[in-house]
Amino acid sequence: MKSTPNRYALAWRAMAAIVGVLFAGASAPASLLGQVAPNCPLQLSGAPSTNLAALRGQVVYLDFWASWCGPCALSFPFMNTLDHDLRARGLKIVALNMDEHSEDAQRFLGRRPATFAVASGDNASCARAFAVPGMPSTYLIDRNGVVRRVHSGFRRGDAESLRADIETLLAAPAP
Amino acid sequence: MSARALAIVALSAAVLSACATVEPWERGALAKPEMALEPTPLLSALEAHVFISREAASGGGEAEGGGCGCN
Repeated sequence: MKSTPNRYALAWRAMAAIVGVLFAGASAPASLLGQVAPNCPLQLSGAPSTNLAALRGQVVYLDFWASWCGPCALSFPFMNTLDHDLRARGLKIVALNMDEHSEDAQRFLGRRPATFAVASGDNASCARAFAVPGMPSTYLIDRNGVVRRVHSGFRRGDAESLRADIETLLAAPAP
Repeated sequence: MSARALAIVALSAAVLSACATVEPWERGALAKPEMALEPTPLLSALEAHVFISREAASGGGEAEGGGCGCN
């Protein structure tokens, strides 16, 4: 049977619909900036399991990292300094490990010891909730649990601006 | 191509695609040095230099010279 242009149009429309459905799922969620941070279960080293909401009242520096990520290695000394200087003023650093093999993370931490809390276990659902754009990704969460800064990557110049933002959040009155 | 064939092709393209979303935190294996397109850049540059200098025709690469491989 000879096909008519109408039938072609129908087929093209069907194809467009299929492609549309395929790509709709890949769109990124809206930015978390100014929103209450999603809650995540946290398996912190040497502590009973807790969650992100339990840290409310503190300024939280939430960092997603992996052993294979170069800038993450660069950020660890910075986070140790932050932890040393600002913990007493109410800063809580939580570094969520995203390694697929926990021994990779252990080896990394053996070379670059962390004084702050490192969350192990499966943090993929948390990373998905935060729509982590790359490694490392840092979220500054104020004392009310609201995301105040989303920072992707880590370069040497980033330390000052991150620290300045943390100081501002620490200076804000507690809820 | 009939509309039916077109529809079959469209459906196959949608269903048989090998696309998978790799999240940023799932790129550990891809980050390994052996996964790089050019795992040994220094060795490759040296080999290219020697190879080009031995080739009869010049202009095969960015290296200049008279065929001695010494520059």
